[in-house]
Amino acid sequence: MSRKQWIIGFLVLLAGAVIVFAPLPVHAALHTQRTIRVEASQFAYSPAVLDVNPGDTVTIELVSTDVVHGLYLDGYGVSVTADPGQTARLTFAADRSGSYLFRCNVTCGALHPFMIGKIQVGRNTWLWRAIALTVLAALVILIQHPTVPKAQAG
Amino acid sequence: MRFELTRFPLVKSLLKNRWLQLLVWFVMLAGFLFAILSGFFGTPVGNRNFGIVFVWIAWWAVLILVAVPFFGRVWCAVCPIPLPGEWLQRGAILEPPAKKPHWFNLRWPNRLRNIWLQNLTFSLVALFSSVILTTPKVTAIVLAAMIFLAVGMSMVFERRTFCRYICPVSGFIGLYAQAAPLELRVKDKQVCLTCKDKPCYSGSPAGYGCPWDVFPGGLAKNTYCGLCMECLRTCPYDNIAINTRPFSADLIKPSTRMDEAFKAFIMLGAAIIYAGVFLGPWGTLKLAAYSVGTLYWFGYTAAFLAFILGLLPVLFLGAVWIGKGLTKATTALKKSFTAFATALVPLGLMFWIAFSLSFVLTNAAYILSSLSDPFGWGWNLFGTASIAWQPFLTTLLLPLQTLVLVGGLLWTGRTAQKTGEEIKISPVPVIVFSTVATFAMLGLLL
Repeated sequence: MSRKQWIIGFLVLLAGAVIVFAPLPVHAALHTQRTIRVEASQFAYSPAVLDVNPGDTVTIELVSTDVVHGLYLDGYGVSVTADPGQTARLTFAADRSGSYLFRCNVTCGALHPFMIGKIQVGRNTWLWRAIALTVLAALVILIQHPTVPKAQAG
Repeated sequence: MRFELTRFPLVKSLLKNRWLQLLVWFVMLAGFLFAILSGFFGTPVGNRNFGIVFVWIAWWAVLILVAVPFFGRVWCAVCPIPLPGEWLQRGAILEPPAKKPHWFNLRWPNRLRNIWLQNLTFSLVALFSSVILTTPKVTAIVLAAMIFLAVGMSMVFERRTFCRYICPVSGFIGLYAQAAPLELRVKDKQVCLTCKDKPCYSGSPAGYGCPWDVFPGGLAKNTYCGLCMECLRTCPYDNIAINTRPFSADLIKPSTRMDEAFKAFIMLGAAIIYAGVFLGPWGTLKLAAYSVGTLYWFGYTAAFLAFILGLLPVLFLGAVWIGKGLTKATTALKKSFTAFATALVPLGLMFWIAFSLSFVLTNAAYILSSLSDPFGWGWNLFGTASIAWQPFLTTLLLPLQTLVLVGGLLWTGRTAQKTGEEIKISPVPVIVFSTVATFAMLGLLL
């Protein structure tokens, strides 16, 4: 590898590290107590996507409308189970920003492993960082090998 | 950059040893039959049934995360599906017998000597996947049907016709095996040219003619070599080698075949749709995919087929056409299209890996419980039947998926550039196409 390629490689890695690790400005929002009613039925949650602010104390009231369902929240490791017709409550502090999936943790039927919802705590910053990384990768490909070959003879 | 593994006598003798291969085959066949039995007679609850858990979680994880990316078609070398038919066809389990049984032994029709049928069978399985993946009895029926079809085809046609032209799994393994850093090749093509009897293709007392209908002397890519090791046994000149090589070595030479190009689109599109259907929060979509025969399912089917066979190829064709325009190239559009489709191989593979990471890590816990209670009858063979479900490594999942998808884009971009250099067409629009596809996958997974 030439010296120029080493320098470009270093700069790309640096840019990648900045994209992944740079702190982003935090929008100050009032920390509130939120109660969200979530209905669970085979094989979906309603609402399926929840939005809360970082720092909120969130209570999910899980109501099952058919069979027993559960809700396990990835990243937080908390869960709750609801019997049909009864409301079960799960309270947690939304102290980690980002997008987290929640999923049914009680076998509820054929599509049980795919019964999934999503909670967004603040902005989904990881998605934007990933998109920026993708753009960087595309630029690297085009800058490293700027191939627009000349027209084929004949 | 190639390193011959068969230069080590121990490796070569292990690969040539029929008894070792037979042992692996018996284990695989036993597991396969057990999966079918548990599907038919075990609990109908998918995540408690050995058939579902071991086929769609354990086997799938090993296949797509390890076997295909690193060892190419190695699964085909140990796959139990063609074995009963092949043993009947050969009239032997180990060495070739003195007298071959008289089956029809027909050649597969020339018109069907491509992977269009594999594209069709994969698309069919994909359309019914919500049911197949979750219903033990349906999984058992599909597995049993595959083994019966393979047996039937072995009676009528020569060699492994089922594997080569029908199997829905074989088609995409062949496509992605091109990216793997392992290959079977001849050491010196000149030796093959002067070889008179070609026992690697037609067989000899030392072994069978290539079951995959491939002449190793002309092998230029991994797509159709099943790594069965017969040619290693039959070559009288010790001219066959198993080599390690750089990743994606086969992709340097772009494909010229439309069936292979469409395989790339089908796989890329199916990975995107699966990410939305199985891992997204949209219950209506899941139910539409699951409710086979209903109006919703027909809508899902139409959208699925339109996406993988219409929208993706048309957008890609547009990208290739713009690339041609940028360079004022005279290369035919069809040739450019199939050539650039080769560049989608790494992208599709990495899409499947990113999708599977999420699917496998969140469901792997079921493996331990179903191992102890494979039929869901209340057994506790290894004391792990009541292990509670718990997803693994979910905090690492998003960075890992991002790394895989961005890596896939870099890999595809570089492959597209090499293809562009080869056919003298700008790869920039194809790279933009791949970037947009990566955005879509990121949006669905993150």
